[in-house]
Amino acid sequence: MLLEARGLLKRFPGTVALDGVGFGLAAGEVHALLGENGAGKSTLIKCLTGAYRRDGGEILLDGQPVDPRSTFEAQELGIGTVYQEVNLLPNLTVAENLTLGRQPRRLGLTSRRGMRALAREMLAGYGLDIDVERDLGAYSVAVQQIVAIARAVHLSGKVLILDEPTASLDAREVAMLFEVVRRLRDRGLGIVFVSHFLDQVFAISDRITVLRNGRHIATTEAATLDRVRLINLMLGRELEQATTHGRTAHDAGAEVLRAEGLGKRGRIAPFDLSVRAGEVIGMAGLLGSGRTETAEVLFGAAAADSGTVRDAKGPLDVSTPARAIASGFGFAPEDRKTDGIIGDLSVRENIALALQAHRGWARPIPRAEQRRLAEDFIRRLDIRTPGPEKPVGQLSGGNQQKVILARWLAMNPRFLILDEPTRGIDVGAHAEVLRLIEEMVAGGMSLLVISSELEELVAVSDRVIVVRDRSHVAELTGQEITTDAIVRAIAAPGANLEAAE
Amino acid sequence: MTALLRRIAPQLLTLLAVLVLVTVFFPGFLSVGFSGDRLVGSPIDVLKRGAPVALLAIGMTLVIATRGIDLSVGAVMAICGAVAAAAVDRGWGLGAAIPLALGAGLLCGLWNGFLVAVLRIQPIVATLILMVAGRGIAQLVTAGQILTFSDEGFAFLGSGTFLGLPVPAWAWILAGIVAGLVVRRTALGLLIESVGVNLRASRLAGVDSTVLLVTVYMISGLCAAVAGLIVTGDIRGADANNAGLWLELDAILAVAIGGTSLLGGRFSILASLIGAMIIQSINTGILLAGFPPEFNLVIKAVLVLMILMLQSPRLSDAARGLATRRRRTDEGAAAPRAVKEAPR
Repeated sequence: MLLEARGLLKRFPGTVALDGVGFGLAAGEVHALLGENGAGKSTLIKCLTGAYRRDGGEILLDGQPVDPRSTFEAQELGIGTVYQEVNLLPNLTVAENLTLGRQPRRLGLTSRRGMRALAREMLAGYGLDIDVERDLGAYSVAVQQIVAIARAVHLSGKVLILDEPTASLDAREVAMLFEVVRRLRDRGLGIVFVSHFLDQVFAISDRITVLRNGRHIATTEAATLDRVRLINLMLGRELEQATTHGRTAHDAGAEVLRAEGLGKRGRIAPFDLSVRAGEVIGMAGLLGSGRTETAEVLFGAAAADSGTVRDAKGPLDVSTPARAIASGFGFAPEDRKTDGIIGDLSVRENIALALQAHRGWARPIPRAEQRRLAEDFIRRLDIRTPGPEKPVGQLSGGNQQKVILARWLAMNPRFLILDEPTRGIDVGAHAEVLRLIEEMVAGGMSLLVISSELEELVAVSDRVIVVRDRSHVAELTGQEITTDAIVRAIAAPGANLEAAE
Repeated sequence: MTALLRRIAPQLLTLLAVLVLVTVFFPGFLSVGFSGDRLVGSPIDVLKRGAPVALLAIGMTLVIATRGIDLSVGAVMAICGAVAAAAVDRGWGLGAAIPLALGAGLLCGLWNGFLVAVLRIQPIVATLILMVAGRGIAQLVTAGQILTFSDEGFAFLGSGTFLGLPVPAWAWILAGIVAGLVVRRTALGLLIESVGVNLRASRLAGVDSTVLLVTVYMISGLCAAVAGLIVTGDIRGADANNAGLWLELDAILAVAIGGTSLLGGRFSILASLIGAMIIQSINTGILLAGFPPEFNLVIKAVLVLMILMLQSPRLSDAARGLATRRRRTDEGAAAPRAVKEAPR
């Protein structure tokens, strides 16, 4: 093995990001690293490249234990990384970018001629015909990406980690990039490829490793893996466990809301959605498939450019979050830290925030009432906090999630969207969140639950909508809701065919 | 109440230290007496001279709490002073001049708020535009002259006395109380802090951040207008080039000394006001202590640097670390001695 990680352990407050993960990379292979958000991909990469210090386990390079303490040290050891957003300087020339930090010198001054020569030498073999004297920013992202790769390979030379390199490239550029990757592989580099585009993963990878919830799930030859099985591995369906539909397929109440032709160009294709009182609509799909985008247009976080939302009384305005909230909507977002909590403010203030914003600044909720509200929810939701005045940023992930749920429950919305409500929270909190979902629905609230955890969806949903390639592609109801059926719908018709190629 | 005291304790202690320091160099500094029906003495002078920065600091605190900054307030002072002086000069009377000046301040705030909240221009750049253009606008209003006037009512705003205290002192104290009550007795304070800590999350919780941001810049403009009226009244003339010059920086400094983070979030208007008084005490103190005037700015810079260093979390952590380590070694050293002394 060129690069090997054994039993890697990394903890963050309230969660274990890597739980004894092993990973092996051979020289001359492209090894794809897959997993949903929060699976531990980026944590693993950051541990390998020294951006994070690991809490346990060991890393071997060429059989020798190594302990990179910074990305710079990792680079010196031979491990280079190229990120999705190119971290080079667009206003310097290509040559300057390539040679930055080790410019050829002549009589103590940087030699521009030496720089040019070195830059051309570094780019040789990448099939690029560009003027190294022009600003890097003048070239396309794909070219910048390849320049970044050339720099990383030149500086490191053994291991190349590509973190979502194709996310902003078009098909032709991806082909160009893959050509370069194949050449480097043939030169004997070990290449780690992180992406959530499965087609690309199958096109370029020799082996595939799947992580889930901070654990190593499987490493297999890409050629022997089919797409359905891969999705099963990623989404965590235990093969032996036949999950059945948990909710009795009751006829939910009357329709309370209806979205027609709602969509936003480039984010989610127009879709229809009918919501009945007291039902849970599950939403499944891979990362980037249009799940979160659906939630965003429904809640006005990204204003829809087509379609309408209406209830029995007439059209509803959901063009901004504030208006959607006024229409009785709520949204607990996927990324709690950046979109959910107000970290420096207290648990009390975080719980009262939506209600207060809805009432307007001139009608403050008296502090005693805020306190009562907070204490009530702390008790009902079992939020583990020393008290309502604790800054919410200091709580664990599960408790932060409960604070956000409390914020919405205080509003008593008729339609609540939960995006990955159980991501990154511990098992106990996980069960409690599911129990809360049941309670809310029993109270007549309608829910849209977006989740990568298929068992969870199967257990709580009355209907499951499957999203693929930014459109709603299937809807499963009643006894049709099984993890198998969901996986098949995600994998698309003909998935087995493709895998067989 | 105790929470409030704990919040402003560092600022109060600093103010105390500055006052003691100045008194050492100029023993008569703290004496206050009556001259006729009005209070006189250096502390009263500090309350009066500090008024412009204190007023600006009120608005600046709110702007900074939203993670913004308002560089234009000094120029807005000049605009509003010019507008008021021009109105008085044309014989419209103070009854028109004051509303016009306050309206000009609100309009300036609306402009800044529009650039920041609607066009999403970074606050430092957005307000830089008016900082530069504002003095030009003020010059246009005064037609390039220092526009003097002899309206006694207007002059009273800048140099009059009411119930023993100078009018400017009343102005900032009252403005501070009103602003404090408005932000803490309504939900404005909570919403401002929430937007300052996490704009995205606040929007998703239904906070109308656009209206909120425009509001705080308008409050800042209003505060600058009042400060502009005071400065103009005090010198009985509108000086487009010098009214409020560099005061935006002192106002930012007052907020920083007041312990409100420039990254937004938690804020305290009271602490910023104490910060403004600390700055003015230093200014007045240096003058009174009789240092050659060319030393003033350097001494002020050194004092401010010391204050900010004392408040720096990193330094206080280090100091705390040092203290505990020393205590531990003290305990270690003390233990054997206790044993030795036990038989006695």
